[in-house]
Amino acid sequence: MPAMKIRRRYLFAAALIAVAVGATAWAALTPVRADSNELVYMIPKGTWARRMAGENLQVLPDEIHLTLGVKDILVLRNDDDVPQLFGPVLIMPGQSFQLPFSRASRYQFVCSLHVSGRLDVIVAPHPEPGWARLRWRVAALAQPGASL
Amino acid sequence: MLDISVRSLAAFLVLLAIVLGGAAAQGAELRSGVFKPARMAPEISLKGSDGAELKLARYRGKIVALGFGYTSCPDVCPTTLSNLAQARAKLGAAGKDLQVVYITVDPERDSLQRLKAYMGQFDPTFIGATGTPEQLAATRKAYGIEVKRQNVEGNKSEYWVHHSSFIYLIDRAGNIRALLPYGVTDEDIAHDVKALLDD
Repeated sequence: MPAMKIRRRYLFAAALIAVAVGATAWAALTPVRADSNELVYMIPKGTWARRMAGENLQVLPDEIHLTLGVKDILVLRNDDDVPQLFGPVLIMPGQSFQLPFSRASRYQFVCSLHVSGRLDVIVAPHPEPGWARLRWRVAALAQPGASL
Repeated sequence: MLDISVRSLAAFLVLLAIVLGGAAAQGAELRSGVFKPARMAPEISLKGSDGAELKLARYRGKIVALGFGYTSCPDVCPTTLSNLAQARAKLGAAGKDLQVVYITVDPERDSLQRLKAYMGQFDPTFIGATGTPEQLAATRKAYGIEVKRQNVEGNKSEYWVHHSSFIYLIDRAGNIRALLPYGVTDEDIAHDVKALLDD
């Protein structure tokens, strides 16, 4: 094999390694930013009427995941025409409810909208630089629309 | 001439202080859940453990911490009421402007006497409330409170009542401004009550 070809391969491998190390360092050390700290769920107009018509609408997931310092405010908004029990609270038409979290924990709320009767909000700690931030970014890649 | 300038400057500074003060008050951030826009708290008509009819209108000018629970509650209610009592103590003199109202979800066992004795264990100013099953059900519905009775295993006469565990904060004008989820610390409660008192 000509020496030039071997050298090119080494250079290519070195470039790949450099990119991988650079990307890992970026993911582990760059501060996490988000356009907004709010994670918004809303009840669209007409939800009540559709439920009354027998439709099984799931507006809230069973578990909501938040991260301190990134997405740590849960916003529930009622755009429907009637009051709604949304998660743990009664929200009037046109009203929103903002719930900020300042401690990492699993919060359980009574919620009649769920079969389990429960809504879990899991708040993760702020991803610190290093391994924790790297793991957080890798996990965020799997979530569509997540901030990196 | 100089006198006019000094007066103008003083007037400007006073105006600036009012504007900045107003902005600071409006920008006071609560640590608990916030309703936007705030809505008027539905009126309540029950019997209070102080012997009087319980109506929220009685407490205009104060911050009302409104919760639902029962005296046989093993964990949630004692913790919540204890935190509220500590928050009230932390507020010092301003604590007199915080009124805790706790409505029973277990009218079968919670008589007015029992509610009074129970509330008094935490703070003598706390008021418990009860009423007919219909009145209580209407009140729960107005505030989105969920209740589920569950018999204790192996004991037909004993039961638990699972219930919504949050506390509403109602401002001086009678608007529901905030919701304290279960587990909020006494420090956070005191912070938010103070913010609403200063609002």
